[in-house]
Amino acid sequence: MDQTQTGIAFEHNSAQQPASARSIKMAARNVRLDYYNERIGQLLNVLAGIDLSVHTGELVSIVGPSGCGKSTFLTAVDGLISIDDGEIRVDDQIITKPGPDRAMVFQNDSLFPWRTVLQNVTYGLELQQKMPRAQMLERGRALVELVGLQGFGDHYPHELSGGMRQRVNIARALAPDPQLLLLDEPFAALDAQTREFMQAELLKILERTQKTALFITHQIDEAIFLSSRVAVFSARPARIKEIVSIDLPKQRTLAIKLDPRFRHLQDHIWRLIEEESAQTGMHNHA
Amino acid sequence: MHEDKPSQPAARRQISLWKRREDFFLGLIAIVLFLLFWETSVAQGWIKPLFVSSPSRIAKALAMMIADGSIWRDLRVSGLEFALGYGLAVIIGIPLGIMMGWYRRINAVLDPFVSALYATPRIALVPLIVIWFGIDLPSKVAIIFLSTVFPILVSTITGVRTIDRDFIKVARSFGANDRQLFLTLALPSSVPMLLTGLRLGLGHALIGIVVGEMLGANAGIGYMMSLAGATFQTDRVMVGLLIIAGSGMLLTQGLRLIERRFEMWRVDNRN
Repeated sequence: MDQTQTGIAFEHNSAQQPASARSIKMAARNVRLDYYNERIGQLLNVLAGIDLSVHTGELVSIVGPSGCGKSTFLTAVDGLISIDDGEIRVDDQIITKPGPDRAMVFQNDSLFPWRTVLQNVTYGLELQQKMPRAQMLERGRALVELVGLQGFGDHYPHELSGGMRQRVNIARALAPDPQLLLLDEPFAALDAQTREFMQAELLKILERTQKTALFITHQIDEAIFLSSRVAVFSARPARIKEIVSIDLPKQRTLAIKLDPRFRHLQDHIWRLIEEESAQTGMHNHA
Repeated sequence: MHEDKPSQPAARRQISLWKRREDFFLGLIAIVLFLLFWETSVAQGWIKPLFVSSPSRIAKALAMMIADGSIWRDLRVSGLEFALGYGLAVIIGIPLGIMMGWYRRINAVLDPFVSALYATPRIALVPLIVIWFGIDLPSKVAIIFLSTVFPILVSTITGVRTIDRDFIKVARSFGANDRQLFLTLALPSSVPMLLTGLRLGLGHALIGIVVGEMLGANAGIGYMMSLAGATFQTDRVMVGLLIIAGSGMLLTQGLRLIERRFEMWRVDNRN
């Protein structure tokens, strides 16, 4: 493992109190969501009562079998789609539509090719029209620096590597100063090395900005490495199968992936997902 | 991914001029050889100059037309027709295309007319245009306008319509309203298609000039060509042909350069 890249150890939510004493940032209660599939002409139950809360300053990952509805849940928390039952609250406010308190980082970096890095980062601020242009640019520049892209502000996305583009994507989401960051497999398209590096970078950025995050991934090791808790979704219709507490030291360096406890957690979560995947398999053959 | 960057300048310097521009030089040589063969075959009497003229005769004809000033008048007339017809098509085609691309209802109302007219060979409308506008400038402008406006219109509609779904999700997630979605996404992402439409429109405009002027006119490049053709002045026909082909190539290449600049904006080119 490349220790030089991640030599700086960073603490995970070190300044925060224990989870039990902390305030709740996001709370989903019995979230149910149906989706009408036009192709087969059927109403599918995607989420069958999700209960999940995220504490302030915490990073919670969601893993689960493919197509189980993880992304749908995250999109619902962002407010892009409405739920059919239950409620999602962020800072005790019920979510009905997207708002500046949440920001989404999509898997596909989706940077606008006609905007420079800086202009991409300030996009959300431009839409909100809440601050003067000079202040907007200043904030954009600070964010470009925060994600380690100083000197690239005037570059266009196509001039950047995949990892750099995903940094811009994160900076763009952070620009309106959201309280809750929603990340939908942001590193899935990156090569293994870049991905590990970006995981460490993300923790650093979250630490510095003191954000709460909900993170979706297919990679179990990524989920364990980043999170204080990992929520395992069942196969569709999704329920929470188990919420796994990651009782690893709060200082996360890449070396932690070699810890026996890390391996143990990885096995445990892998088994949970496999049970669910096997069920969908049987379900499909029936 | 766009990793396919041009090679480094340092590496490029070591490659000879010939290797770097091989395609260009091969094309150049082919043209020179062709002109030589053309000139020789006429000079040797293998083909009658009445049929194919010859490079030297064409040059002479051109020099004469420049000397007596007739060519400037024809160029001016055709240029004016082109500028008015093409300009009108741009001024009407782009805004209308944006409206039709963005508002479903406007599109539903106008689409049958656009589809029908787009499918009609514009040349079939010429008799009507002559009835409406006579044979002076307005009829030429109308023909060029009708030839040009549809490629521009249809490309613009397509451009506005094809917004990357992920872009829309990002914008909506940031709370964009419809107006913002239009200004920050639909407009910029329609630029590449729009430029393609402008380039396609150019070709149609040139056809429009020639067709319009051949059917009835008293000046212009197309008129000069049809008059010269009727009196068997092959050299002058060739001069007209060269001017049309040359200006077509120049304008198209110019727009291609602009298009290339915006190629990265193309939706399907991103990933």
